[in-house]
Amino acid sequence: MQAVSVGGARRRGAFRNSIAAREAVIGVLFASPWLIRLFALNVYPILAAFYYSFTRYRITTPPRWIGLENYAELFTLDKLPMQSLYNSLYYSLFSVPLGLLLALFLAVMLNQSVILRSFFRATFFIPSIVPAVAGAVLWLWILNSRTGLINAMLMAIGLPRVPWLSSPDWIKPAFILMSLWGVGSSVVIFLAGLQDVPRHLYDAAEVDGAATWARFRHITLPMITPSIFFNLVMGVIGSLQIFGPAFVIMRGPVGGPKNSALFYVLYLYQQAFTYLNMGYASALAVVLFLVIMAMTALILRSSPAWVYYETTR
Amino acid sequence: MTLARVRWVSRQALLYAVLIVSAGAFLVPLLWMVSTSLKEQTKVMQVPPQFIPNPVDWGNYREALTAPDFPFLTLLKNTLLYTVLESLGILIVCPLVAYSFSRLRWPGRNAMFVATLASMMIPGTVTLVPVFIFFKNLGWVGSMAPLIVPGYFGSAFMIFLLRQFFASIPIELTESALLDGASHLTILWSLIVPLAKPAIAAVALFEFLYCWNDFMGPLIYLQRQELFTFSIGLYAFRERWEIRYDLMMAAAMIVTLPILLLFFFAQRTFIEGITLTGIKG
Repeated sequence: MQAVSVGGARRRGAFRNSIAAREAVIGVLFASPWLIRLFALNVYPILAAFYYSFTRYRITTPPRWIGLENYAELFTLDKLPMQSLYNSLYYSLFSVPLGLLLALFLAVMLNQSVILRSFFRATFFIPSIVPAVAGAVLWLWILNSRTGLINAMLMAIGLPRVPWLSSPDWIKPAFILMSLWGVGSSVVIFLAGLQDVPRHLYDAAEVDGAATWARFRHITLPMITPSIFFNLVMGVIGSLQIFGPAFVIMRGPVGGPKNSALFYVLYLYQQAFTYLNMGYASALAVVLFLVIMAMTALILRSSPAWVYYETTR
Repeated sequence: MTLARVRWVSRQALLYAVLIVSAGAFLVPLLWMVSTSLKEQTKVMQVPPQFIPNPVDWGNYREALTAPDFPFLTLLKNTLLYTVLESLGILIVCPLVAYSFSRLRWPGRNAMFVATLASMMIPGTVTLVPVFIFFKNLGWVGSMAPLIVPGYFGSAFMIFLLRQFFASIPIELTESALLDGASHLTILWSLIVPLAKPAIAAVALFEFLYCWNDFMGPLIYLQRQELFTFSIGLYAFRERWEIRYDLMMAAAMIVTLPILLLFFFAQRTFIEGITLTGIKG
């Protein structure tokens, strides 16, 4: 404080600098744990994954540079990477849009003046917090082809049983169905978004005599495109990495009937932790990284055409 | 009744019909878990299915709780160790980092914040192998350290969530405290944190939930049965008791019940927290 009272411009400047310097030191200090983790567990591992992908690395012996060999195998000799990528893309292509549609539909229903709204909201939400393994074990039973709940109900109304988990045609739809059970958190997000839509917009539309569908199409939908966008990006990234439920249902990193449910991360896990092919697994990881980046970029580039921001940024 | 009234009534009827049917679809699987877990072994596979167990048989719970494959107390201890210790680290460190990102100026801060956001978009699968090798070189594989220690270095998502909340607290509030000579630690602890209670509660809840439900982390790192958490224990149990759905459902209920209780006691925090994270635009 003395320096300020003396009042010399130069010294005041020095004082400010020392405050700024102190603040910078404290700032870096406070952030340092996270900065360490950011580099040790994010930045470095990505670089390492790229490096390992050019090596043969069986964990017990040091990595040996083999150039593009892993990639050559991944794209030509080994048929499973592309098949598993196809499986994951298929899963993502259906589970994400269907999930968003279902969540949006339920949120719009709840956004009407509904009695027991919080009961319904809780009902939709709870399945999304059921532990993944417990949920997978439960669906294993519900989808049981002989006496599972769904087939028992199908039989009760005279329909044939569906071989959910034993047929290559049905196992991916089975996983998509399971994923829809967990859309509750998106319902809550969409509902919050819907409740934020300013009432006066609807009042104006009321005066104009806009029909329900027109109101939804031209007011509600544009106003919540930002949360649809966020959920779409996160949904794609998450669904392409489906692992837990598949691992539990098929008892390990295996592919189910005719490898039709060999999802990409299952195959990567198999290579890394069953066969200890760390180099090859890293090449698989790099390909997944590029696929996910490309998908995200695609969605981002499309966003100006359909995502509406109230304040144009 | 006027035509408008008829239309209103039929719309209401349709709305509730849709809501009740959908609520049923979400609820029935869980009720089926409860129902199966309370059935005698001979009634489990009955066609047509019996919805209300008759007689109600608690034996499955007794059997699941005492099965050597599902050492309940050990699993509970390990799961709590993981969830509580990891969440504690997150709760100590993330407010500090979020404060630094929202209130303190330092060179490179904005770049680091952008990097933090970008790291949330990086698929965990991509870093899986190098991170495993990193922990293996530290000699930590086969222990809980790879699951717990990273929590004490923060997490991108939680830092982001808190930073957004901190940034919404008026800057004058902290500036006047600073002029009164309060230290940054004091400001964070006695000014910001009390104001950010809803956000911090949400962080605690989500982190707890994440650890409790985590499957891949424990699967890769624990490796020894005496370290298994509930999710791995339940998986092992499923492997062993393939066709005993009554026992499997009882074990699944045991793992799920604490989460359901948590939801009923902290429903507001859950819903508000989800809303906080949802980025509404």
